[in-house]
Parts: sequence; structure tokens; C-alpha cells
Amino acid sequence: MNKQPGQYFGQPLQRLEDQPLVRGQGCFAADISFPYQLHMRVVRSDHAHGRILSIDTSAAAALPGVVAIWTADDVADIPPIDFREGSVEKLAPFRQHILAQGKVRYVGDPVAVVFATDAYLAEDAADLVRVDIEELVPLLSADDAPQEFSPGLLTEATICSQGYGDVEAAFKQAHAIVELDLSIGRHTGVPLETRGAIGRYDAARDVLELHGAAKVPHRNRESLAKMLSRSTTSLHLYEGHVGGGFGVRGEIYPEDVLVLVAALRFNRPVKWIEDRREHLMATNHSRQQHHRIRAAVDANGLLLGIENEVWHDQGAYIRTHGTRIADMTCGILPYPYKVPAYQADLHFRLTNKTPAATYRAPGRYEANFVRERLLDAIAIRLGLSRIEVRRRNLIRQEEMPYEAPLMALGEHIVLDSGDYEGLLDKSLASIKCVELEAEVAARKANGELVGLGLAMFVEKSGLGPTDGARINVDSSGTVEVVTGGASVGQGFETVMAQVCAETLGVAYTKIRVVHGRTDRIEYGIGAHASRATVMTANATREAALLVRKKALTVAAELLQTPEDQLDIANGIVFRPSQPQGPSISLGEIAQRLRPLSPNRGDHIPGLCAEGWFNTDHQVYPYGVFIALARIDPGTGAVIVERIQIAYEIGRAINPMLVKGQIMGGFAQGLGGALLEEFRYDDRGQPLCLTFADYLMPTLLDVPPVEILLCEDAPSPCNPLGIKGAGESGIAAAGAVIASAVEDALGLPGVIRSLPITPHMIKDILRKSSGTPVEMCP
Amino acid sequence: MKAASFQYYAPTSIADVVALMAEHSDAGIRILAGGQSLVPTMAYRLARPAHLIDINRIAGLDQITDHGEFLEIGALVRHEGFAANRLPARLGAILAHIANHIAHRPIRARGTFCGSLAHADPASEWCLVAATLEAELIAESARGVRTISSADYFRGIMSTALEDDEFLTSVRIRRPADDTLFGFFEYSRRHGDFALAASLVSFQLTAGLMQNVRLGLGGVEDYPRRLAEVESLLEGQSPSAAVFTRAGDLAAQHVNPSAADVDYRIELVKTVVERALQHANETT
Repeated sequence: MNKQPGQYFGQPLQRLEDQPLVRGQGCFAADISFPYQLHMRVVRSDHAHGRILSIDTSAAAALPGVVAIWTADDVADIPPIDFREGSVEKLAPFRQHILAQGKVRYVGDPVAVVFATDAYLAEDAADLVRVDIEELVPLLSADDAPQEFSPGLLTEATICSQGYGDVEAAFKQAHAIVELDLSIGRHTGVPLETRGAIGRYDAARDVLELHGAAKVPHRNRESLAKMLSRSTTSLHLYEGHVGGGFGVRGEIYPEDVLVLVAALRFNRPVKWIEDRREHLMATNHSRQQHHRIRAAVDANGLLLGIENEVWHDQGAYIRTHGTRIADMTCGILPYPYKVPAYQADLHFRLTNKTPAATYRAPGRYEANFVRERLLDAIAIRLGLSRIEVRRRNLIRQEEMPYEAPLMALGEHIVLDSGDYEGLLDKSLASIKCVELEAEVAARKANGELVGLGLAMFVEKSGLGPTDGARINVDSSGTVEVVTGGASVGQGFETVMAQVCAETLGVAYTKIRVVHGRTDRIEYGIGAHASRATVMTANATREAALLVRKKALTVAAELLQTPEDQLDIANGIVFRPSQPQGPSISLGEIAQRLRPLSPNRGDHIPGLCAEGWFNTDHQVYPYGVFIALARIDPGTGAVIVERIQIAYEIGRAINPMLVKGQIMGGFAQGLGGALLEEFRYDDRGQPLCLTFADYLMPTLLDVPPVEILLCEDAPSPCNPLGIKGAGESGIAAAGAVIASAVEDALGLPGVIRSLPITPHMIKDILRKSSGTPVEMCP
Repeated sequence: MKAASFQYYAPTSIADVVALMAEHSDAGIRILAGGQSLVPTMAYRLARPAHLIDINRIAGLDQITDHGEFLEIGALVRHEGFAANRLPARLGAILAHIANHIAHRPIRARGTFCGSLAHADPASEWCLVAATLEAELIAESARGVRTISSADYFRGIMSTALEDDEFLTSVRIRRPADDTLFGFFEYSRRHGDFALAASLVSFQLTAGLMQNVRLGLGGVEDYPRRLAEVESLLEGQSPSAAVFTRAGDLAAQHVNPSAADVDYRIELVKTVVERALQHANETT
């Protein structure tokens, strides 16, 4: 594999996507309108848990312009929203119906929908719908004993377990046992563009359309077609510009199904745009888990075994991901360390809160926090440095590929490549750790509450097994790459264009990339789980290689030159040994390959090809976070002064975009570590339904992110050696900030939960009465 | 988050405003100046005024006028209007400093000083300014013009002495002696958020001793107010870190936080009072 940067590979090229976006010409969900459309407004439960006694829609229905109001009975024929990876019998009873049937289970649970000719009017009418609910006691914590979900079913839907080795023996022979009780708060991805769905039925063609799609249009088409008993070819999803996805946007929610059903029944377009208040109570939450973890270690700090019991707060229903986060939490937790014996048991429990699902680095943000807290605690317990205890336990380069007896996303984990210790050393050298530690020691001696944090992690990326792309060159020489990928704002078009440009030999600005449209390509994986660049870029490369081959074959005939003496650059086939000699453009070749072209010969029409990429395994990038944090003892504020993220990417197609992913991810990770939390009162009323209460970091609250991007361990799993980047910047943000804050406080074991609030810090300072304990660096 | 239905007016004179207010005061009427608090509240349907009077077309309300004895701030003076510094030196500097703590730039370009006072958020910086310094609020209605002293103005959380038919046309701040020192400190979890606690202090130094001490606290109780006990403690003292710490401790003993996190807010009071005093002392 050629690791050298090419003309397009490895270059920090400007994004092709930016022109319309910076000129205000983007087309987001709310920008989409169709003639004669209706507006949908959802009436949501004001109660966390209750029995629906009656719904009175008469006053609302009397408003002029209101076309219809539906309750559960009106959509009784629509099945609940299923799991993307297929039905799981045990979990099926916990799925959400598109309108609540009989019971409401969280504040925000849709109970009715209003359709009206105007969005304001729809909201006026929704206000007039009277929902009479008999309030039931809400269950608000996964720590509390499970209650009845429905007759014969408890709110503990299942227990997810993974493990191997003799854990009992490990604890018996332990030199020390370190035990921690840790929790991660409820927060989630909050894209600045709220969700939106516009359903449209084209009766003339018998095609049902969903606009405002994102993330996984092809997979969602399959699920929706099944729910609506339609063929997939008569149902199309369209992705426009997407103002952030982060895992939560683009899953199937009740509203997506409702606009489609309504468009069919009314034979009118139906538009729904989520507002911010709805978003914070209706769109998937994430993260909330409580871990009780124990490690058995020997006298040298080597891990002998880990035992973890987890309580996962799923919220009111099980949505499209099933138990994926839970499985991921248990599966990825040990790495990058070697753990001879391991057992994780996770109580997957429903509560009366907004349902939870994936958010950027699902399961890993949580597991990384827990595991790295554990490593810090072991270091303190054994009097080792936090660096040394990690170094001793890392999986070594010579052990790669490392087959782990655990599962992630339904596959056995095989850590494909890596030099974890090498990246640790590079990371320490880059931040000048020795000098930094001395500087921190001097500031501590001067009375400042300042500290360093360290966290290591293994990411996963590029779930297969297969993705395809289709490339066509038109007679103007413009190249169209049709993919089943999706763009949630990450620079997908630019990266695919770079890969196609490099492989085919054209300028990347001559390439148009299609994504997120089920009417242009039959299959697609979308954009999730950091897989687009690994899977779709490799598929694009396969297709580009085939187009290149065809172009060279045709050119060889025309130029009377052997194929192997030709090359393509800037869309021109030429002979490098005779740069001034005869040449032909790809556009001219495409012209000759038109079906009716007299010069086509025996070639199949079109300068086009379809390419497929297959892989057996995910790839496993990894990284090291180092943070410097200060505490203001007067306010309890945590100020992250420096953050360095070292990340092994295998190969960066566009390093600028990779760095952008890391920075953006860190900003979100900082939010979860210090600010963001969905709080509820004791009746299950959500307390964070505005941006004044749900605090996301702004540009002013995020320090510059120092990024060390490494390409030392390309993945053997794909020809480009790529590993994904989308979730790296957030993965260990909570872990590293917790580590730095605890070091700044000088009080081992006090940081046990996220987010770390100023209130919490002041409590810790008050209780410790200002006597910091010396911690090892 | 679409506002409920309302009737919109865009009068061009104060006389038209007060006439409209007299006519509709029973039906729910609100003034739209910068709209930075009101419009989101309407979008959430927490406020549902039947009538909305947009005053942005009224000429002459966007001025800060130096009357010598006092500064008069018109109803359309935006937060960012305090940055352009044509005001008396130290007072102008502290008002510009405080203005920069209000939210973010786009909000500062729209939101108004008088709008903040009419809205009376407990954590509003301008409410703290009015409560701490000597301010008079000019309220006009069809019934006439009256002047409300800042000491009598605040009644509760977002509740003031303004009547339903009254329009806050301007606020006058008495111009302090030229050698007055000012200090301000606030804490919010993010840049630009409403403060969890804020303090503004002013005093003169005569022979090294603090005189005419004014110390206000905002963001903690239902509305900002001066802390008389702390002012008395500081009056006649020589400024020092120890005195400031004592002032912070005393302030903490005399506040009644309305928020749920009482213990935390009380600790914050110590910090903001101490740091506002330090800030004033650093400007000497």
C-alpha cells in the first residue's frame, strides 16, 4: 500500500459542500415545501406515566383549517417501530407505537396529531386537544427495582452479558481488588437543525416519498416499507442538507411514519418540523448508565480480571437500535488493555423518560469513562503513575491482530492493527509531558487547583460487510459518483470526490457526489458508526478503478498505444513518455461510448461502472487524550486549559476534515463531561427543555484542541488502510476530564460521575475542608 | 414553538404607544423593543399577549443623553450602545464592561437596556446596575408621566412596579462623583448565560478609606438589591483582601436564594462579592 500523499489523497482540500452552505443556499428539511401541503403538530403527553382515559378533540377540530386529528385508534393498523437489525422476540413488546396506545410512558410521548393548513394553526389546535390522563407513579431510575411494564412483563427488558475466562479465580489470586461505583449522566446529540419529515404521495406514479431523511435512508426504507406494507421500489427517501446527525437524527421516529401515513390517506403532502422544546423531549436521549466495576490486579498492577455490573437507563421504549449500546458497552470496555478474565452483566431497564439510543461513540463514551477511572484508581492504589499502570497493561504491537473473545455490533472483535504503547509515547513526547508535569507541580505548590488527565481508548469503525458505488462520466467530462452513503455534515462529498479523483485521474472539483437518495441506487449503508469513509470510499475506489480501466482500454485503441503506457490526469488520457503527443479527454471517451455512437465498437455503452467493497471485520482505530484542567475554588468551575488528542487513523484522506471531526467531537464530549444533562423532577417532568437549561458548550467554552494525527498503523482490512474518525474526539473526553479534575482536586476517588458540575466541585471542596492529598503523576 | 395569535402595532410616537396601552391594557399588551426575551417566551407560548406594540419605529429613543447630573438611557438603547464610549470615564467604562457580559453579540445588538428592566429577570445585569446605582425609571401612560425610584421598582421574579398601561420610556442613572471606583463580577456556567450570581460595587477612596459604598447583588434572590449590612461593614474601611473576604462572608449570611441549589448559591455570593470588590480595588 502506498502511504505517500497523492494529489488528492492526504490533502487538506476545501469542502465541495461549502459553496451553497455559506451562501445561504442550503436546503434543510424546513426549506422543503410542496404545493397544497398540510402541517402536522404532535400532541404530547404532559405526564411521565399514566393511563389515557379520554382524548377530546372537538374544540381543536372546530378550528377552521384543521383537516384531521388522529389518536391511537386511527393508526391501529400500523405496527410499532421495529429494530433495524431485525425483530427480537423478547424485546418486541417494548417497541414504541406511533401514537401511544392506552398508556403514556414519558413526557413527550405522542398521543395525538393534528393536521392543518398552517403550522401556527396546527399548534393552536394542538393546544386545544384535551387529554385526560390518570397519573401513575413514574419509574425514574434504572437503579430502582423493576416495575411492571405491561401484564407479565417487567421493566427490566433483558440482561446483556459478555465474558470469558475464570473471573472468580482471578479475584481469588488478586494482590488487590479495586472497586468503583460510577455513573454517566443522561445527555445526547443535539444537532442545531431539529428533525423534520415531509411525506408526499405521488398517486400518478404510486410512489410514496419521505423528505428530510438522514443517516440511513436505505435501511429506513426497508423498515418503513414493511410497516406500511409497500414494496421498497414504491417508497423513496430523500436526504437534503443535514444540520448535524450525531446518531440521533435519521433514525425512524413516530413522526416519520405519521407523515407518510397521512400523505397516503389525505393524498396531500404533509410537513412536520420539530421544534426545540419537542426535540429535547422527543429525540433519542443517550448515555445514562450506572456501573459497579471491580478489578483484580497483581502486585505489579497487571490486570487479572474485571467484573462489571451495569444498570442501563433505556427510557420509555426500545427504539430502532435494540440493545446495541448495551452490547457495545460490555464488548468494548476492556480495550486497549489485556484482561485475562472478564465478565459484564448489564441490566437493560426501561424508565419513564425519553427513550435512549445511540449518540456519537455510543457505549464507548460510557465504557471509556468507566475503564479509565478504574485504571486511575489502580494506579493510586498501587502507588504507580497513571502512565505506568496503563503501559504495563496495554495489548502489544506484536500481538496484533488481537482476537478478543467479545462482540461489538454483532461481530467478534479482532483488533486489526496498532501500536498502543507507541502512540502513548508519541503523545507524551508531543505534549512535553515531563515539562508539563513540572509546571503543574509548581502551580500546585503555589496553591492552584490544577491537574493533568490521561485516557486511552480503542474505537471501532467501518462496520461491513459490503457497500457499493456507481460512477458515470458524462460527455462533458463531469464525473458522477452515486453512493448509498449519507452526509450529516461531515464532508462526505469531498472525501468521496478525493478518492475518486485520485483513483480515476480527474480534478476533484469535477466530481458530483450523490448520497442519501434511494431512487438513485438500490442499496446503501448511510452514515453511521464511523463507517462512511471506510466502506463507501473503498467502494468508490473499486468503481473508479473499473472506470479507469475502461477509459484506458478505449483510449488505447484510439491512440494506438498500449494501455500500460497511458495514464490519466485532470481528466485527460495521455502518454507520460510523450506529454505533447496525442491525448483524449474522458468526456470524449464518454461521447464515443454513447449507445448510438458509431465509434463505440463492441464496448458496453457508457463510461461507467459499479464497484463493490467487501470486508470481514470492522477496523479499530485508537487514541490517547491528555488534558490540563484548572478548578476555580471560588465558583467550582472546571476550566480545561489544554487538551491534546493523539489519534491513529490508518490513513487520512483529508486530514483537515479528520481534525474537524476530532474537534467537533471533543466539544460534544466536553459538554457531556461538564455541562449537558437531562434532569427530571420527582414526577418525571423534564427540567431541560430549552437551551437555557440544557447547556451545550459554545465556541467560547471549548479550548483549542491540539491534535496529533498518526498514520502508523494502517488497517490491513481495506486497500486504503483507512480507519474511521467520526467518533474519536468524543470517545474519551469524559474520561480524560474526570482524570484531570480529580488530579486538580488532589482527592483520589472523588470524581465518580458525569457531568462534573460546579455545584459538585464545591461540595467536594467543602467536605474535604481544603486538605489536598498528594497524588502520583 | 409558534407564537399564539396576536395583534401587531408599529406606532411612531410615544403618544400613540400610550394610547394603545390605555385601550388594550386589560387584554394583555406587551412592548416589543429588542425582543430577545419576549420573543422566545412567546414562541414557547409562556407569554400570550393579545397585542404587541413594536416601538422600533419611534425616533429619538435610541440615545444615551448626558444631562450632567444624570445619564438618561432611552427605551431603544441596545446593550451594545454602551460599548461606544462617549460616557463619563469610569461610569462609562463599567457600563461597557458589564454590557460585554450580557449574552452574545447578536443579542447585544438587539436587546435593550430598558427592555431588560421591564422584563426584570433576577439575573439581569442591567437590573443589578439600576438597583445598585441610583436610578430612576420614567414610566409614561395616558394618565401621565411618573418617576419610579429603583428602590421601589422591583417587586418579585419578573415582576415590577410598572402598571399594565405604562411604557418605560427611559431610565436615568445619577452620575456618581468622578472619583468613584466600580467593580463587577458575575459567574455563569457558560460564557454569555444569565449569571448564577453577580455583584456590582462602587465606592470612593478618601484618605485610603472606602466612602459612599454601594454593593448590589443579583441573580440569587428574586430581584437584585443592595446589601446594606455589607455596605456598612465596608464604609470607612481600608480596602484589603481580608476586608473583602469578610464582606463576602457577611453577604452570604444575608441572602435568601430563591433557586433550589441554596448552599451552592450562598457560596457563590461570597465569591462574587469578594471579586467585585477586588475588581474595584484594581481600578485604583
